[in-house]
Amino acid sequence: MNKKRGKQSVLFVNPPIITSTASIVGPMEGEGLLKEYYDFIMPDNLNNLDSWEQCESYMMEWAIKAAVKKENSNIDRIDCILAGDLLNQLMSTHFALKKINRPFLGLYGACSTMVESLLLGAMLIDGGFAAKVATAASSHHDAAERQYRFPSELGVQRPPSAQWTVTGSGSAVLSIMGSGPQITTATIGKIVDYGIKDPNAMGSAMAPAAVDTLWTHLQDTGRSPTYYDMIYTGDLGSVGKQLVIELMKEKGLDISVNYEDCGCMIYRQEQDTHAGASGCASSAVAFCGYIYNSLLSSKQKRILLLGTGSLHSTTSYQQNETIPCIAHAVSVEMQQD
Amino acid sequence: MAHESKNNQQEKLKQQQFQKQVETLTPKPPFIKNFCWAFVIGGLICLLGQFITDFFLELGLNENEASTFATVVLVFLGAFFTGIGVYDELGKRAGAGSIVPITGFANAIVAPAMEFKREGYVFGIGAKMFVIAGPVLVYGLVTAFFVGFIYWLRQ
Repeated sequence: MNKKRGKQSVLFVNPPIITSTASIVGPMEGEGLLKEYYDFIMPDNLNNLDSWEQCESYMMEWAIKAAVKKENSNIDRIDCILAGDLLNQLMSTHFALKKINRPFLGLYGACSTMVESLLLGAMLIDGGFAAKVATAASSHHDAAERQYRFPSELGVQRPPSAQWTVTGSGSAVLSIMGSGPQITTATIGKIVDYGIKDPNAMGSAMAPAAVDTLWTHLQDTGRSPTYYDMIYTGDLGSVGKQLVIELMKEKGLDISVNYEDCGCMIYRQEQDTHAGASGCASSAVAFCGYIYNSLLSSKQKRILLLGTGSLHSTTSYQQNETIPCIAHAVSVEMQQD
Repeated sequence: MAHESKNNQQEKLKQQQFQKQVETLTPKPPFIKNFCWAFVIGGLICLLGQFITDFFLELGLNENEASTFATVVLVFLGAFFTGIGVYDELGKRAGAGSIVPITGFANAIVAPAMEFKREGYVFGIGAKMFVIAGPVLVYGLVTAFFVGFIYWLRQ
């Protein structure tokens, strides 16, 4: 039976169930808007380890183990782990997974990695290739700054459109059986590049990719935006969010009532992050914390999560290339009793 | 072929339109506020430098020696406040006001040195220390060469 719908979407026949999630964040996120939804807030960005990269690995390892523990399972029962982060050669992920010792596939989708892992994990389960899959993504503010921008102690002034990379990691366990919200459909994104070059304006660069995938998803599934209680994008920030609303309006759809960006949900205004949050952990901790909880408690029944990724590198930026972007979508729905 | 180029043109137009849209939506930096901060902080750093110079002149050093000593003290202070994690907080607000003075130069060298210490003393500190300040040194030397050359020609 063909599960493909339309141009880029799939409809799961045996929708995988998200049986548990876990999230861990740094102190700044722990003072933010979603603080009561995180499982663990670290006292500082090093957490008594030797480097930021080690700290990021620790967060991912912690998140995966905590998610597995929460559903009273054992890490040996996980058939496959799908995970990724922002650093070169997936450094944090590889060192985290070294200690977990389970079959693993590394993913790079920049900040779309969480949704990419949920999408592929759901396919593995619905395809009958696995019964239990753990998905995870992480990012670390200082580790990312140092790779993509400047040393953290350098006295630079950030423009108002800049976003703040989230320190944190989120993990979700997908199972063939169990209770919890289901992943019902998914849409695989295309690379979209509208010629934005400024790496301080990633929200604007990613907005057209988010709109492309959202539009295609709605076309492919025949749904209207109001089908969802909420549509979330991963880390567009305040500028990107506004652009998505405007671009959708140009296509004739008003999504301003049930659309929010995870990047605008994490920090408080006073925390001076400028345009909001970014990084793999933005969508990961928002989904594995707040959004998953609101689905479990039936405050929301159907949501669409769009992971948005800005696929530039320091080399591509220095060679004056534009920023290619991508967005993937999964719809997560609470089972109707 | 013609169809393809027409498509390309349309795509380009769409992109240009989008970039305009981005421009109108992107918040502008608070220029006046930034100017004021840069002016005041930059001025205060220079004032401090003047105080230090006067102090050494008072001690009986000549002008050349006093300004050299003042530079040494300012560089030390820049490095020190970078080390205790204060200078980046200052730079966030003062912008050019704390980058342009010599203390900013100290910050540009100490910050990467601190950051890359974990990669060791050779490939970490040694190689990465000048990653920000390096271009300033290179083009500073190049400019000095040309200025010296012009000076030599005129003699």
